Amino acid sequence: MSTEARKPPAQIALKIRRILGGKTGWNGVAVQFAFAAVLGWIAYEIVSNTRANLENQHIAAGFGFLRNNAGFDVNQTLISYTGSDTFLRVFVVGLLNTLVVSVVGIFFATVIGFVIALCRLSPNWLLSRIGELYVEVIRNLPLLFQILFWYLAVLAALPNPRQSISLLGIAFVSNRGLVIPRPIGEGGFEAFLAVLAFGIVAALALRFYSRRALFQRGQVIRIWPYVLGLLFGLPLVTMALFGLPFSFEVPQLKGFNFAGGSRIIPEFVALTLALSTYTAAFIAEIVRAGILSVHKGQMEAGSSLGLSRGTTLRLIVVPQAMRVIVPPLTNQYLNLTKNSSLAVAIGYPDLVSVFAGTSLSQTGQAIEIIAMTMGVYLLISLLTSAIMSVYGWRVSRSLGA
Amino acid sequence: MTDIASSSFVRHDLVGERPAPVKTTGLIGWVRTRLFNSPTNILLTILGALLLWFTIVPSVKFLMVDAVWSGNDRTACLTENAGFAVGACWPYIQAKLPQLIYGFYPEAERWRVNLTFILSAVLLVPLLVPRLPAKGLSAGLFFFAFPVVAFFLLRGGGIAGFGLSWTAGLLQLFDESIIGAGQVLLNLSKTSAIAPLLWVIGSLIVLIGTAIHWLIFPLTWLRDLIQASGQSVWADFAITAVVVSLIAFILGGGLRTGWRALASSIVTFIAMAIVIKLMGLDHGGLPIVTTNLWGGLLVTLVVSVTGIVTSLPIGIALALGRRSTIPLIRIFSIAFIEFWRGVPLITVLFFATYMLPLFLPGNFTVDGLVRALIGIALFTGAYQAENVRGGLAAIPRGQGEAAAALGLSWWKTTSLVVLPQALRHVIPNLVNSFISLFKDTSLVSIVALFDLLGSLRASFSDPKWSTPSTAFTGFAFAGIIYFIFCFGMSRYSLFVEHRLNAHRRN
Repeated sequence: MSTEARKPPAQIALKIRRILGGKTGWNGVAVQFAFAAVLGWIAYEIVSNTRANLENQHIAAGFGFLRNNAGFDVNQTLISYTGSDTFLRVFVVGLLNTLVVSVVGIFFATVIGFVIALCRLSPNWLLSRIGELYVEVIRNLPLLFQILFWYLAVLAALPNPRQSISLLGIAFVSNRGLVIPRPIGEGGFEAFLAVLAFGIVAALALRFYSRRALFQRGQVIRIWPYVLGLLFGLPLVTMALFGLPFSFEVPQLKGFNFAGGSRIIPEFVALTLALSTYTAAFIAEIVRAGILSVHKGQMEAGSSLGLSRGTTLRLIVVPQAMRVIVPPLTNQYLNLTKNSSLAVAIGYPDLVSVFAGTSLSQTGQAIEIIAMTMGVYLLISLLTSAIMSVYGWRVSRSLGA
Repeated sequence: MTDIASSSFVRHDLVGERPAPVKTTGLIGWVRTRLFNSPTNILLTILGALLLWFTIVPSVKFLMVDAVWSGNDRTACLTENAGFAVGACWPYIQAKLPQLIYGFYPEAERWRVNLTFILSAVLLVPLLVPRLPAKGLSAGLFFFAFPVVAFFLLRGGGIAGFGLSWTAGLLQLFDESIIGAGQVLLNLSKTSAIAPLLWVIGSLIVLIGTAIHWLIFPLTWLRDLIQASGQSVWADFAITAVVVSLIAFILGGGLRTGWRALASSIVTFIAMAIVIKLMGLDHGGLPIVTTNLWGGLLVTLVVSVTGIVTSLPIGIALALGRRSTIPLIRIFSIAFIEFWRGVPLITVLFFATYMLPLFLPGNFTVDGLVRALIGIALFTGAYQAENVRGGLAAIPRGQGEAAAALGLSWWKTTSLVVLPQALRHVIPNLVNSFISLFKDTSLVSIVALFDLLGSLRASFSDPKWSTPSTAFTGFAFAGIIYFIFCFGMSRYSLFVEHRLNAHRRN
């Protein structure tokens, strides 16, 4: 007598439970309903209160204000801007200023950070103590304090333009900012640019070819003389043939201020100084930790293979250290970008200062303006974290392989 | 024998002494190996020494040697009066010290601020020194009792009711809001296309609201009765004490094991009664000092301590939510954490200052300081959540499973087994977050609150003290204060880390 296999019980309820409640089952479903109800209630309260408040204050919600005339000036603009431009233009101007100060700050922070990290790792006792002192002092003072210190104490103590400090006679530092020579394009400019672009492309192609030869045929090709020739020799030859690509307009002191040259406003100088020195302290610690994380045996193994110290560092130690360094380093870059919003304290016209500050007080459109400002920063950080997770995935894949 | 004798070599004179090896011990050796062991290092050492010479020496000269130590106004700190290139102008700090510490807090009431500072220091010591016992009690005192006492000390004012009145008031507000929402839906249903559905939902919500109204009716009735009586606070206090103690007794296990809970509840209420009586909260309390008079170090400490106290529970809740198996809660926690971590604090403060008032009912005004505190609590909470999550991830899964196998509920597993271990793991990270929070409190000066940095900046504009060295002196003073706090905290976190890793050292 054969018994038929029993049918499995109907699983519909189980499946619904699984979809709705996760691992916790019907309890989870109940909790979710309660949670959703509370969230809905809070959302309803916020919306109804906001609507009532806006009506009381006679503010029309919506993004229509972006097309209105701003009517105020901004003292540093990368794109042309006048007071009669719209608030949307103000938004773009502010965003560009934020990006500029972030990029410049990131550059200097990386350079200073690596130098300090090397100091701290140096076998020289005095140098490592100096590095430690720098990191401890900078990290234990608030960033806003440092920005205000540079702006209100150091830059304000500089002499006025008439007595400004001259750097080699071409750049001038005063309490009105930094004046540097401005490049002006000349006849040979186009040819120079074209040759330079060609040189860069050719150098990259050469490097690609030499690496291919190394990995596939084991053939070592020395390319650096050719690269040097392409990057510097060719442009020099073009300059000799077509004349100078650009000349510099050196600033001249006329009356009480400088004429000619381009002026970097003191707010920018103070903000960049504070942001880069502050972030550099954190970057130094990250780099130090990254290099220390590579086992000493790696260096020894490299030298026992007969590699030189430089080659061992370049091919063995640094790639392994980079894997540890890059994620927190990106985080610091992101922090620097977010911290650049402190510009509002000294009046550097960044996004928060001109848009969430001046525009907000002129239009009163608090919700739209703050949402846009927060949205920009949120977008930047989400993009960065997305890129970082792709990087992490690639690193873990290469480790697994 | 002769063979060997003839072929062997026997030395007749001693080998000459070789020169001693380069000394690598002692001071000379240390200098040689650590400072001057190669041409590059010699160069670097000289460069470093020059760098120190040109930074440390002028700073010391500015702060001590060339400083002016006494005077009444700016004339004392001018080079032509002092007769030498003047460094730091310390009389300026002496004159501005009250402003830098208390802001515009009335002079007669400043003992309250001092008392709060002393109280916080006294309560903090047993929490920080690992060897002292009763961590639970001191944590409870610092995280729950101290904020309340500090609020009534610093701000002043009294209370009109107690637990019962507050509960009744809150429930009433909640109930009114629910009925309001229902009414809105009912109104919408008159015009909308999906009218029947809206009508059903709306009526249901109104029905729930009405049911709640009748459910809490005894409570509101009792409250009105108490408010009408002369001794409203004490009557309310007594009823609350009895009800809470009873609940504690029953939840604690009733006649079998509930006595302990009952005793601790009664002790807590007696302590509360003493505090109420001492501070006279039942009849007005201390004179009210509104927060716009607060300033200086007081605001810095209030903001950072409130941030620390409120961000930790928010962080723990969010971290648990992020690890929850319930999808909606997990998604909400992730979105919440990533949102606040993705935006700069200053936009959060702008949000709290300009947007939050719009979200609240029109008749409900929030103090400027409280707004900033809400923003900072949400912001720091998100960061703490990630710290706590790291700790939770470090706890082996077996801990939770063992607790579940013993029959403990999720709440008991979490609060008695997993969280204590997880939090202990991340104390250094939490303290590091507190350091950044302390530094970030300086940002409130941007939204028109006068913390230490804000007061300092305000004091620069005083013409009575405007000299070339005023700004440098002020920054030196504020910098030293910030440095002491942050450096102290970071040393403490290192100390705890060292202690926690004691078993790993060999």
